[in-house]
Amino acid sequence: MYDFHYHRPKTLADAVNLLKGKDEARPMSGGMTLIPTLKQRLARPSDVVDLGGIKELAGIKVEGNNVVIGGMTRHADVASSADVKSAIPALAYLAEHIGDPQVRNRGTIGGSIANNDPAADYPGAVVGLNATVTTNTGKHTADSFFKGLFETALSDGELVTSVSFPKAEKAAYMKFPNPASRYAMVGVFVAKTAGGVRVAVTGAGPCVFRVKAMEDALAKNFSSDAIKDIKVPADGLNSDIHASAEYRAHLVNVMARRAVDAANK
Amino acid sequence: MTAATGIGARVLRTEDKRFLTGTGRYVDDLPLARATYAHFVRSPHAHAKIKSIDTSAARAMPGVVAIFTGKDIADAKVGGLICGWVVKDKHGQPHKAPPHPVMAADTVRYVGDTVAMVVANSHDEAKDAAEAIKVDYDAKPANVDLAKALDKGAPEVHPEAPGNLIYDWEIGVKADVDAAFAKAAHVTKIDIVNNRLIPNAMEPRAAAAEYDKGTGNYTLWSTSQNPHVLRLILSAFVLGIPEHKLRVIAPDVGGGFGSKIFCYNEETMVTWAASRVGRPIKWTAERSESFQTDAHGRDHVTHAELALDKDGKFLALKVETIANMGAYLSTFSTAVPTYLYATLLAGQYTTPLIYANVKAALTNTAPVDAYRGAGRPEATYVIESIVSKAAKELKMDPADLRRKNFIPSTAFPYQTPVALQYDSGNYPPIIDEAIKIADYKGFEARRAEAKSRGKLRGIGFSSYIEACGLAPSQVIGQLGGGVGQWESAQLKFNPTGNIQILTGAHSHGQGHETTFAQLISDKLGVPMDQIEVVHGDTATTPFGMGSYGSRSLAVGGSAIMKAADKIIAKGKKIAAHLMEASVADVVFENGTFKVAGTDKAVPLGQAVFAAYVPHNYPLAEIEPGMDENAFYDPANFVYPAGTQICEVEIDPETGVVEVVNHTAVDDFGNIINPMIVEGQVHGGIVQGVGQALLENAVYDKETGQLISGSYMDYTMPRADDVPSFKLGYKVTPCPHNPLGVKGCGEAGAIAAPAAVMNAVHDALAPLGVSHVPMPATPLNVWQAIHGARAAAE
Repeated sequence: MYDFHYHRPKTLADAVNLLKGKDEARPMSGGMTLIPTLKQRLARPSDVVDLGGIKELAGIKVEGNNVVIGGMTRHADVASSADVKSAIPALAYLAEHIGDPQVRNRGTIGGSIANNDPAADYPGAVVGLNATVTTNTGKHTADSFFKGLFETALSDGELVTSVSFPKAEKAAYMKFPNPASRYAMVGVFVAKTAGGVRVAVTGAGPCVFRVKAMEDALAKNFSSDAIKDIKVPADGLNSDIHASAEYRAHLVNVMARRAVDAANK
Repeated sequence: MTAATGIGARVLRTEDKRFLTGTGRYVDDLPLARATYAHFVRSPHAHAKIKSIDTSAARAMPGVVAIFTGKDIADAKVGGLICGWVVKDKHGQPHKAPPHPVMAADTVRYVGDTVAMVVANSHDEAKDAAEAIKVDYDAKPANVDLAKALDKGAPEVHPEAPGNLIYDWEIGVKADVDAAFAKAAHVTKIDIVNNRLIPNAMEPRAAAAEYDKGTGNYTLWSTSQNPHVLRLILSAFVLGIPEHKLRVIAPDVGGGFGSKIFCYNEETMVTWAASRVGRPIKWTAERSESFQTDAHGRDHVTHAELALDKDGKFLALKVETIANMGAYLSTFSTAVPTYLYATLLAGQYTTPLIYANVKAALTNTAPVDAYRGAGRPEATYVIESIVSKAAKELKMDPADLRRKNFIPSTAFPYQTPVALQYDSGNYPPIIDEAIKIADYKGFEARRAEAKSRGKLRGIGFSSYIEACGLAPSQVIGQLGGGVGQWESAQLKFNPTGNIQILTGAHSHGQGHETTFAQLISDKLGVPMDQIEVVHGDTATTPFGMGSYGSRSLAVGGSAIMKAADKIIAKGKKIAAHLMEASVADVVFENGTFKVAGTDKAVPLGQAVFAAYVPHNYPLAEIEPGMDENAFYDPANFVYPAGTQICEVEIDPETGVVEVVNHTAVDDFGNIINPMIVEGQVHGGIVQGVGQALLENAVYDKETGQLISGSYMDYTMPRADDVPSFKLGYKVTPCPHNPLGVKGCGEAGAIAAPAAVMNAVHDALAPLGVSHVPMPATPLNVWQAIHGARAAAE
């Protein structure tokens, strides 16, 4: 990797200050994407601001009808949290199936959604549960947060401080892992909450997306039969050596049905 | 001998203590004073002319010690890398041998081809400087798609090989085979691709070299499976450093699977440059360099036809194969698709007539050479695929069709129509045992139960044969091989009674330090902790050929036994003297020399001590010391054989294949350490399942970029991809080596792909699917099921 200045602030305010005014400064949460990128010399930041020392950013709280997860909370902590398991077991399941044990013990929810890798798992849950993303400067709705391939609504110097997930009446995440990387080749998060039914798809397209036709059908009849004939178009879906766009489109339907079945169990 | 550590005992691996506690010593661990670090500039193009290389900015960068380009190598008259096996084509002409420069000077021929080497005070500085080297390329069309590599008008990789053809080789008499086909009651045909694999040893390739100005001696530490052979190639063909002035050390090496047999550019460059730089140079491949530049494996396109009579007897087999060589001929590349492939096409069967035609093609991809099994997995995939398909077409049980055509046990030694003479074997009991272990009878019930869960269950057989234990030197010489294939051993007792086994074989994960010690513990009665196995250093071990082709025990172990016989013979003379008995009356039992019918006894240790402190010793008849060496050249290959039965379940909605049962019954001859053999079989099957379901080296067909160039896209098998294997053994001892052993290192990888793919085809047959390409990834399976429908929509 190239040389850079390394900082490990103890407070969010210090982190924001360190990032301010430096065009080439990069925040680092778990580093699960940034460090491999640095090692391959694909990024050349002037400064890396490690958020790992900021205690206020990590932790899980239940606030009324919501589970609030700090931006620097590790996947392993979400996966094993009794609060998450009891309020939204599908979210704990999702966290438990990210990467491998090393990744789960380093990677964070804030880092994952801020990076917005098209094959990441968390965007599925954030959109599927209609979560609210809180940053040091404000709040974003799930639908407005994810903008496109590796693109979010975050502005420069804006850091994810927490994500608030409403409790679900029913929810499940079904992931078809890429055989090699085990990222989501297609991941479907289905949830029925007070706000209605949502079907969010990650891995299949350049960015997480909802399948309105399935949501409408499930709102009337929350069963896998209700969506068995609803196909998503292959146009615009990802295509690579592991899956063609057509195969991904097919898998969206299969994974959505299986998610509904799992949610009904 | 103690039963706990002798032949047949499950002795825990003595080397594992250091491997599992992080105290192994690998090339990269070497602390070399004043070391410099090399980094290679590699071609980003699959095929391009190098117009110019500007190193001026790089030379001015901090920490840079030296920069070398292909021109420097050419000016220094460094020889090219060699292909050590001359294959003669069907007209008797030697194969085309295009040059393989150590560093590309005017043309790059695959992505990853070396263009320049930067040597700097640190690895980071070397990388920084490498980025400042400006190479001006003129990109040319690349020849990437193997199926079209020999087509007219395909881009030419080397002018020395017109039409990209290295050889057009054949074995068997085509007219005889054609005549048999004309009379056949049934002909089964297949078109298959044996997918290209990337070896992925856990330790990447590494090299470190040092030059001693005072003595003029070079030392190269390399991740080699055969340090003596590497030294021979570097000395005699490439660098011209006399063998006695070059020491090659292969210390602990973390896996090879064939990929570390060969002589590579980087270790050559590092050695050459060490004297010019005047400081040691270290290089360790990054993982992406391993993907791009380790010799790959397999990569065949094959059409085959099997002729059968009305009863299902095989009449003849016809095979046409295009084999990928990559952009340059690697060390043993030419032999793999000929003498290690076509000569195995008889399999376990009495097929009387076989014709095979193999065309070796150049492409703008990484060189292809031996990889675990080397040619034999490709042969097994052809035979076992076509036999299973024939059984389906004839509505015969696949086990019955195999049994009907097995070479009977009474027919050994058995001369095949494709050169090899099988020394021993008994195949029917193997398949019977496999069927029993796999509960073949219960399969239809399991298939029905799976169907009730929405899963398609299938079962597949693979009855393999391999020729390994490379090999009788004179046969190898007649076939064009450039080296002898014996192995060496030296047994060196110390005065206090402990012993060093020095072997020319090399262990890079196989457990030789345990297995070889067991041989001596068994034969000489020396406790395991008094035995040290020394390997991997040309300065300390006798010249030897290294480890590959499942040869270490059958050939290297036999050499150790020969040397042990010499120790016993000498010990008898010493003991006879000490016991005042006649040598003829001395017997050696359980580590002690005795005179039959008396209570006279001399432990081996006492004889050894007497040999080193010869105060009471027959000096007029024998020399002092207890240090014997032996060279063993085998009379034939060894022929392990076995049957694997795989059961898979397929999710028809997603195309996901799960291996739910996998049985392997092998005949490895006598077994020295069953635990180590199990480990070899487990690892081999996992690699075979990897090839069948997961692994695929994919190049972009236009640009020649390696798409599966990291673990993000190259699917290595993981523990949860396979079930617990069920293993069994049948033993027919090898009749021509002193241990009666065959080889076990490659068998799993040889047999498994066909077993898995036959199971996949069996599972999908009810849907009318006739062919799934290997690897049977979810995408390939889904496309086989739904492809036609999707295309129509």
